[in-house]
Amino acid sequence: MSLHAVSTNYPRQWQRPPLFIKSRSMRWLVYGGLFIYLAAAASSVEINWIRAYEGLDRGWRFLQGFLVPDFTSRWRDIVTGLRESLTMTVCSTIVGILVSIPIGIGAARNLAPAPVYYVCRGIIAVSRAFQEIIVAILLVAMFGFGPFAGFLTLAFATIGFIAKLLAEDIEEIEASQAEAIRATGASWLQLINYAVQPQVMPRLIGLSLYRFDINFRESAVIGIVGAGGIGATLNTSIDRYEYDSAGAVLILIIVIVMLAEYGSGLIRKRIK
Amino acid sequence: MLRIVGLTKTYRTGDKALKGVDLEIPAGQVVGLIGPSGAGKSSLIRCINRLIEPSNGKVFLGDLEVTGLSRSELRLARRRIGMIFQEYALVERLTVMENVLSGRLGYVPFWRSFLRRYPADAVENAFALLERVGLSAHADKRADALSGGQRQRVGIARALEQGPELLLIDEPTASLDPKTSRQIMRLIVEICRERGLPAIINIHDVVLAQSFVERIIGLRAGEVVFDGPPEALDTAALTRIYGEEDWDAVRREAESDFEEEHAVPSASQRTEERMAGAV
Repeated sequence: MSLHAVSTNYPRQWQRPPLFIKSRSMRWLVYGGLFIYLAAAASSVEINWIRAYEGLDRGWRFLQGFLVPDFTSRWRDIVTGLRESLTMTVCSTIVGILVSIPIGIGAARNLAPAPVYYVCRGIIAVSRAFQEIIVAILLVAMFGFGPFAGFLTLAFATIGFIAKLLAEDIEEIEASQAEAIRATGASWLQLINYAVQPQVMPRLIGLSLYRFDINFRESAVIGIVGAGGIGATLNTSIDRYEYDSAGAVLILIIVIVMLAEYGSGLIRKRIK
Repeated sequence: MLRIVGLTKTYRTGDKALKGVDLEIPAGQVVGLIGPSGAGKSSLIRCINRLIEPSNGKVFLGDLEVTGLSRSELRLARRRIGMIFQEYALVERLTVMENVLSGRLGYVPFWRSFLRRYPADAVENAFALLERVGLSAHADKRADALSGGQRQRVGIARALEQGPELLLIDEPTASLDPKTSRQIMRLIVEICRERGLPAIINIHDVVLAQSFVERIIGLRAGEVVFDGPPEALDTAALTRIYGEEDWDAVRREAESDFEEEHAVPSASQRTEERMAGAV
């Protein structure tokens, strides 16, 4: 068939219809407005160039410390901090996941009745609304300085993360498999165990490992506001202008995060 | 054995899937339920074990009124009704054995099913059923490692593991090639004969239905428009069920169809090959 076989007059040009905003003038208005706002916002940011220039020096000293890390003089503090951070991470991840599973199931529209659904979605929304640092400040105020506040913070944040993604995963399971299990006369718990769990397990494991990474990194951040762990060590050494020790801490954090990343990659590859 | 009286199903969208269906199926009878897409075949068999709640009408399993049961009583009734699904509906990540044993879920307490510690006679029966459907060697494989025909055999074994008194079968041969379709239909009908099991088979392939079942029910727009032996399903009856079409030509075409045989590679193999270029 050649192209010339077409005998009647068909249009020879075609344009993709606008997918998002149909009206042409509205499109100009919205996109133009956005651009003007962006330009105005960018010009309103004040930059103190002199201060930035002076800061270069400080930044350079920090970088030098990083390039010549001092692992020895604060080694005991670093080890204590790391041990606290790892304990915090492991405990908060495990406890967080254990609490997330029932909440995630309750927040799945296809499994839970409406009241349960709204309560669980509410818990998730609260957990996601507050950034870790804000939660940490509150919990440090409640429970005092130290890793316990950090543990609670990370466990709380884990709930918002895992429960939400688990619920979404459950909502997308293949309904036919669940229907087949229901047809055997299975109870609700058996339905979860036989039809839902096998479908969501690989992703749940992947998400849990990912959350472990996040929790370790977060443990370094929330330590700065007093929740113990390696963050507290890092904060102390920066306060004392010991950038070489701070550099050592940062390098150790990077190494541990990379190891965790590599390990979780290995595990995820084996689960399908 | 199964009696349906004035069964109606109106979906929330206002679609009337069933408009007062009356049916009676005696013990041991294998019935083919045919009709165009959207005629309510699928709704009808799902209303029997209340996977879909009927809006009106009654379903009797023997003397038991299924439509009047509470949630927990319904679980007990569902054990007596085995179901085989379109596209198998196996739990893909579980082993073949777990899939077959899941037919026992209505009988065992949660801890047994959770630990996969099923009673010895249930396990024995599961092995016997796997042998009956020709899959003894595959018990420990994951369900998604099997071919389409093999998966449907697992589906059959799962339904039989329930020790059912009735089989509901929804498009058992959709997505199977013509030869495997005939093998699966033959297996289902043989098993029903062996055990004196009544069955309702939803099927869109008229010729396949005619060659295997002893009674055909034609559904159109939620109403029974044909009920009789397969021989009585002539051009007039087909037109009543499906509308105008050159029915003799359809029949001739179908007959030449199952002489073709294709070697179909397994789904997993295909996905692997498809993704090979992407890496």
